[in-house]
Formats: sequence, C-alpha cells, structure tokens
Amino acid sequence: MADIALRLPVADERPAVNSWIAPPLLILAALFFFPLALIVRQALTGDGDVLSIAKFASVFASREFHHALGNTLTIALAATAGCLVLGFVLSVLIAFTPFPGSRVIARMIDTFIALPTFLVALAFTFIYGSAGMLNESLKALLHLDLPPVDFLYSQWGVMLSEVTVYTPFVMRPLLAAFSLIEPAQIEVAASLGARPLRIVSRIILPAALPALVAGGSLCLLLTVNEFGIVLFIGAKDVITLPLLIYDKAIQQFDYTTACVIAVVNVALSIALYSLYRFVVAYFGSRRAGLV
Amino acid sequence: MLVWSRTGRALTWAFALLLFAVLYGLPIGVIALASISGQWNGVLPSHMTLEHYVNALQGDSLEQLHVSLWTGFVASAVALVSGTWAALALRPLARLPKRLLDVVFFIPSAVPSVSVGLGLLVAFSRPPLLLNGTTLIVLIAHFVLISAFTYGNVSAGLARLPIEFEQVAESLGARPFYRLRRVTLPLVTPYLIAAFSLSFALSMGELGATVMVYPPGWVTMPVGIFALSDRGAIFDAAALTMVLAISTSIVLVGLSHIPTRASPR
Repeated sequence: MADIALRLPVADERPAVNSWIAPPLLILAALFFFPLALIVRQALTGDGDVLSIAKFASVFASREFHHALGNTLTIALAATAGCLVLGFVLSVLIAFTPFPGSRVIARMIDTFIALPTFLVALAFTFIYGSAGMLNESLKALLHLDLPPVDFLYSQWGVMLSEVTVYTPFVMRPLLAAFSLIEPAQIEVAASLGARPLRIVSRIILPAALPALVAGGSLCLLLTVNEFGIVLFIGAKDVITLPLLIYDKAIQQFDYTTACVIAVVNVALSIALYSLYRFVVAYFGSRRAGLV
Repeated sequence: MLVWSRTGRALTWAFALLLFAVLYGLPIGVIALASISGQWNGVLPSHMTLEHYVNALQGDSLEQLHVSLWTGFVASAVALVSGTWAALALRPLARLPKRLLDVVFFIPSAVPSVSVGLGLLVAFSRPPLLLNGTTLIVLIAHFVLISAFTYGNVSAGLARLPIEFEQVAESLGARPFYRLRRVTLPLVTPYLIAAFSLSFALSMGELGATVMVYPPGWVTMPVGIFALSDRGAIFDAAALTMVLAISTSIVLVGLSHIPTRASPR
C-alpha cells in the first residue's frame, strides 16, 4: 500500500507564471507575433477593411500557386528521403567502421551546419553547371560539343543541394543515438555469424528509428522553408512557396497575394514543427538523439 | 566494428572517404578554387589570380563585410540577453506552462525566414512605427530569426546544470541576484558562448528575411553575393563567399578561446 501511496501524483508546487517572463515575451510579441497577425489580416482584408476570403479563393485557384505548392512538397519530401538514406549510411560508416580521420569528418560536418545554405548551390554551379567541371571533363573525354549533364537548373539541382546541406541535421541525432548502442551487442551478433547487413537491419536500424523520425521531420521543416538554395539555383520553373512570396512582395509589390501565400506557408511550417515536437516528445529526447 | 576482414575494411574506408570528399570536400574546394581563378573554361581554371579578393576587400564588398559583422554582433548580443532572460525566467515554472512558453520561444525558428521578413514589412511600413528602409528593420529580422536558437542553447545549458551548486549558495545566504551573477551565469557561460556563436554564424549567412527588408544603405554579404552571382560575376561571388566563411570562422574561433570557469559536461 505504501508503495502505491508514494506513486500518487504530487501537486506541482512550482509557480505557473512569474512576471520576469514579461520582457522577453513582450519583445517577441511585438516583433514576431504582431507582424504574423498582420500578415493574416492583410491576407483577409487586402488594402481595405472588409474581411473576405476572396483573395484566398483567387490565389488557391491560380496555377502558379498550385505549381509552387507542388514544387515545395515534392522537393521537401524527396530531399528529406535523400537526407535520411544518406545520413544513415554516413552515420553508420562513422560510428561502426571507424576509419582514420572519421572524428575530424564528424567535426567538419558539424561546422557545415553553420555555413550559409547558398554556398552549396553556388558550388554546384561550378561543379555540375553547363560550363562546370563535370560537363567540361565529359566534353573533353567523349568529344562532345554540348554539355551532356543538365540537371542543375531543375528540381533535381535543388533537391541535390538540399540533401547535401541538410544531411548533417539527420546525422547529429543519429550519431548521438548510435553512441547509446552497446558495442558488445554488435560483437556478439557478429561472433554468432550475423553478416553486416543483418546487424544493420536487426540491431542498428531499430535503435536508430527514433532519431531517424526526429531528424526526418526536422529536415522536412527546413526544406519546406528553404529559400537561399532555390534563389541561387534560379531555375525559372522551380518556384517554391518562399520564392513565390519574395517574388510577389519584392518584384511585383503585391503584398496581399504575398500575405495569402505566406499564411499557407506558415501554417504548413507550424504543422511540420508540431509534428517534430510530437515525435521528440513521443520517443523521448534521449532516444531521439537529442540528448 | 561492423566489418572484420582486412579487404572489406579497406574497401569501406575508401568508400566512406570518397563519399565525404565528393559531398563535402568538393563544394568547399571548388568555391576556394573559383575565388582565385582568372578564367575557368576547361576542366580546371587556366590561370590563378588574387584579383577577386582585391575586389572583395574594397568598395561595396568591404562595406558589406562591415554591415554583416555589425548585424551579426548586435543581433546576437540582443538575442543572447533576451534568450538568457527568457530561459532563466522559465526555469522555476511548473511543467505545463513551462512547456507551453518553451514552444512560444521556439516558434520563430519554425517560420520561414521570408515570411518573417514579409511580416516586418507589413507591420512597420506604416505609422506609428515606420521602420521600413531603416537599418533597424534588418537587425530586428535577424534578432527574430536567431532568438529561438539562442534561447534553445541557453535553456539546454540550464537544464544540465546540477541544482546543488545553487542550493548550496542559497543555503549560505546568497541573495537571488548575487546567486545569479556569481553562481548560475558563470556555470552556464560555455552555453552562452555556444549560443552566441551559433546565432552569429546564422546571422552572417541569413538571406531570406534580409532580401525582404534591407535598405540600399545596409546590404549584408549574402545579399551582395547573390547580386554578384545574379550579375554573372561568379568568381567575385565565390571570393566574397570565402571572405564570409573565413570571417565567420575567425570570430567563432576567437569566441571558443574565451576562458570560462566551467567546462561543459
């Protein structure tokens, strides 16, 4: 009985709020939540004072919006899938087949997170662009007149750049999760005759699942929000939601349309962020690799 | 160890090194190479030059370096103060309100930067607060975007802090402010430095919100790099990207050498 009595929930005696929280909260409200609310207002009223969803209806009916939404989702899903596969392979290589320099590489990948995303898009124009290293090499080797590789200025170019940039965001939680696997477990499995692929599929993959789901949902959020890479690749038919907002507001001065698209984009991002928080809470931050 | 045989291990190493070299070494390598190449029509540049660095360190580009450094320092410093304040104020709260407010402080990191910029344009382009076209609106945009990361880093540090130190200080009669200044803050200094470093690096590379709000007199380096590459001056763009990466690294290395009385555990 005493055991049960001890487990009864104890009332939380800590305060629910205190006044110290007010200053940073007010700053955030004035500089972030207030502007966000004004985006919604402008989207609903346009430049007048009458609330209407007419603008939403016309934007939702437009082809460029469909195109941008489709592009955003396709690129984000494909890039996230790419990040998960690549991140898993790279993390397994770093964690379970320690090779000379693997620690330095793990460090380098960490600093890669702090670099601006457009760096990769810019680098890719030198490597895979129509006059880039790859095409020039192939032209010289195969005696061609036209560049044979032409994928950079399409969805593929954006996806490849995003996979490169966001794979480290999957690797960080994965490497943290892998550090919790008992090495003896793998050694026992190997000594009992399990081949590497079987060890990966039966021991490593199950242990990595929470980290993969957490890293994947973070990637999905970041790729939906990505702007720099799409802008630098600059392909005419690869317009995503953030790029369309920029185009409407800055190039065409059409703030109301920009606000309508921003409402959709922000709603999508917040939904994905909730998914991420839910995943981390569900698995517990330790198992999700966010120790 | 997943692979035991010698040849198997050598093959895996070769594969891993090749993968890392192509994915992460090559992009940084070509930017560095492009920044010193005079002409690049073949597989490799035909001759080298330092001309692009000369361009990057004078006139508009030098001005952009100043602008980016200032923006990064000011926005990160303000974000550090407000993020630390928020993390400290949230610390003693009950579980549920704490988690709710935690989400509130994290949300700016989930919203696309272009929309943050658009919101600031819509909010501050009319009286009473007319900030559109000022330097301040760029600083605000950067502050909003990095604030969640600063808050996150500091509150992670506070969560790992053993409570005993502060309890001992309290039992010895230390007043709250004295305890904060002499015990809590020194103990989380490594996390404060990490928070400042991350937000500084993010601010240096910020593009989405900046292109929405920047006035002609306050152009940051990423905006300048985009303008150069859009104009076709890709080698100058590469050199300016190198200047951006190198100046950020210098600041980060400098910050990592600040002596602290506590080491992160």
